[in-house]
Amino acid sequence: MSEAAGKKAQIERVAMPEQDAKVRARNFLEVPTGYTVKMAQEEASRCLQCKKPGCVAGCPVSVDIPGFIDLIAQGDMTGAIRNLWSKNALPAVCGRVCPQEVQCEGKCIVGKKGQPVAIGNLERFCADYEREHGSGELPPKAGTTGKRVAVVGSGPSGLTVAGDLIVKGHDVTIFEAFHKPGGVLVYGIPEFRLPKAIVAQEVNFLERLGVTVQCNAVVGRTVSLDELFEEGYDAIYVGVGAGLPKFMNIPGENFVGILSANEYLTRANLMKAYKYPEVDTPIPLGKNVVVLGAGNVAMDSARTAMRLGAESVKVVYRRSRDEMPARSAEIHHAEEEGIELFLLTNPTRYLGDANGRLTGMECLRMELGEPDASGRRRPVAVKGSEFEIACDLCIVAVGSGANPLLTSETPDMKLNKWGNVQADEKNGKTTKPGVWAGGDIVTGAATVILAMGAGRAAADSIHDYLTLGW
Amino acid sequence: MFKIVKREEMSQGTVILNEIEAPLIAKKAKPGQFVILKANENGERIPLTMAETNPAKGTITIIYMVVGKSTALFRDLKVGEGYQDVIGPLGKATHLEKVGKVVCVGGGTGVAVLHPITRGLKDVGNDVTCIIGARNKGLLIMEEHMKAASHDLRICTDDGSYGHHGFVTDVLKEVLKGGDIKLVVAIGPVPMMKAVSNITKEFNVETMVSLNPIMVDGTGMCGGCRVTIGGQTKFACVDGPEFDGHQVDYDELILRLRAYQEEERKCHNDYCTIRDAK
Repeated sequence: MSEAAGKKAQIERVAMPEQDAKVRARNFLEVPTGYTVKMAQEEASRCLQCKKPGCVAGCPVSVDIPGFIDLIAQGDMTGAIRNLWSKNALPAVCGRVCPQEVQCEGKCIVGKKGQPVAIGNLERFCADYEREHGSGELPPKAGTTGKRVAVVGSGPSGLTVAGDLIVKGHDVTIFEAFHKPGGVLVYGIPEFRLPKAIVAQEVNFLERLGVTVQCNAVVGRTVSLDELFEEGYDAIYVGVGAGLPKFMNIPGENFVGILSANEYLTRANLMKAYKYPEVDTPIPLGKNVVVLGAGNVAMDSARTAMRLGAESVKVVYRRSRDEMPARSAEIHHAEEEGIELFLLTNPTRYLGDANGRLTGMECLRMELGEPDASGRRRPVAVKGSEFEIACDLCIVAVGSGANPLLTSETPDMKLNKWGNVQADEKNGKTTKPGVWAGGDIVTGAATVILAMGAGRAAADSIHDYLTLGW
Repeated sequence: MFKIVKREEMSQGTVILNEIEAPLIAKKAKPGQFVILKANENGERIPLTMAETNPAKGTITIIYMVVGKSTALFRDLKVGEGYQDVIGPLGKATHLEKVGKVVCVGGGTGVAVLHPITRGLKDVGNDVTCIIGARNKGLLIMEEHMKAASHDLRICTDDGSYGHHGFVTDVLKEVLKGGDIKLVVAIGPVPMMKAVSNITKEFNVETMVSLNPIMVDGTGMCGGCRVTIGGQTKFACVDGPEFDGHQVDYDELILRLRAYQEEERKCHNDYCTIRDAK
């Protein structure tokens, strides 16, 4: 470790101000409120400007991190956002939802001795500053090529593909099954973590660049991939997401009061049911809520339940804290807001009343045994440890599989044994000529930034195809 | 916007017909499939099986009973106005095949959904008997349509004001006793489909029902529409909406349909109070 790194590490990382835990636990406003210019510049000054930056290697879309941070330090906010945009179409989103601690910030040299540079916070600052104070000037766009690209799904990977290809001069139309664009950014991630106005603005940015967004278009039902080719599209990108909720498959799972996280969050986020009855879509209000699972979706569900007025919210997870897949910030925020973690606990059946409504669940205590195929220690049930948890609402957040709606209608696009689309890792090409795929429909449920990385690679490959050939 | 080009009130104003401009859906839709409609920005997504499609004109027709706030909002939409969102066609299409003698049983607005299926079964060469019912004569819908779509139409009213005095199941039993029925299709309120399935089980006649549980997206993503079929969980939106009537856990479905009963009642009352005060 260099002396400089040691010195920088002694300067304390600038914490982003956030709403008090007690207050925010009952509202849907965003939790961290953002850096001021002064805070951002102070934090930017902690960056060592490494010659061989580990942070860039740790970023799935290779953002020029020292570059944009240096521009912030110099006060050139326009330069900083342009630098970001050249690698990342959705900085306002990524700054908020990326797992920085295992990516860029996890590789930061300053972090070896103290706390890493707050790269995510700075990225968010840049995007927010541009949104609030920027000129709104669009990045330069190449002349039109006359080629048409259909993007299926308007989640993070689809938006990335659309953004990359529109500036290269292609004609791009996004097809979205829901009535609003944004995919998981709109239906999945809650308002308090990613305000929907920001997503709408990101989509609007693409529309101003010339992208057409067609909602209510269920590709596979309203129109097939082959029909899109017949309509004159030259290439298609499939980024439809995971979107098939997994359940526990234990007795009593169809009691009223047991919802997939997909349903619960879609009601809350896309349908804005947290404003019910101001809007028409209801959402079950649990007094005692249990969330099954420990990923980001589980934390989002638990924190939503708390904001909807629950008396208690328990996250039930069969492994230990070390194995929880959620971002550390989400776990930290959830605990601050009063959410209890029931670790090494596994439900075995749901309990209900004569009206078919959930009243509780039976659980077993677990202990960690030998490592399993995933390298994590396998949870093993402790004999005779059965106990009951009373609850009137249970949200199942144990992952998502591949939704077969589109793929079952497209037999010439090959799938793997889990039903995910087979796509070339380097460029996203599927087995169907002219069709690329990326994001969760290829990898299974993963992160926003990995989906964006896949979108970036596919967009490059589509551009090559449209200009050079398959 | 998806414009309403035709609007009719049926069944003493409790049932509404809307013909809606939706060319992409009209081109693709097949009997048995459904759409999801949302009236406005704050509206709920409501699944309804299509009663008719006209690919040449680019329209679809829905027929619904006004039961809550969302359908009350739908009722207030006039010709020339429209739905903000219409999504479809969703669900699997009805499997139409020549099997011989077929009975189609419809209750309430289920008759509207039954109509294209009945016509389809007749078109592929089946001998189709149709039994439709309502509480009284005034509430009966689509009599002429059903007459044209079948070979033999039987009508029942609970109060005896028209046709057979009693339930569709009474007449169904008689028809089944006549023998040689290969398939029964039943679409209507869940208790009706349950009663029909219980009878056809006795006669060992294959039975198909169309389910309409609570759902949000209609594309297999939320799992809210899960139903138990032969002991296994299925999603009505993508695995259905039609299922083997003998395998459906109707009691569970009835309980699940009541999940938001309280909210729905309050929401509808509030809506009506505000509307009537204007």
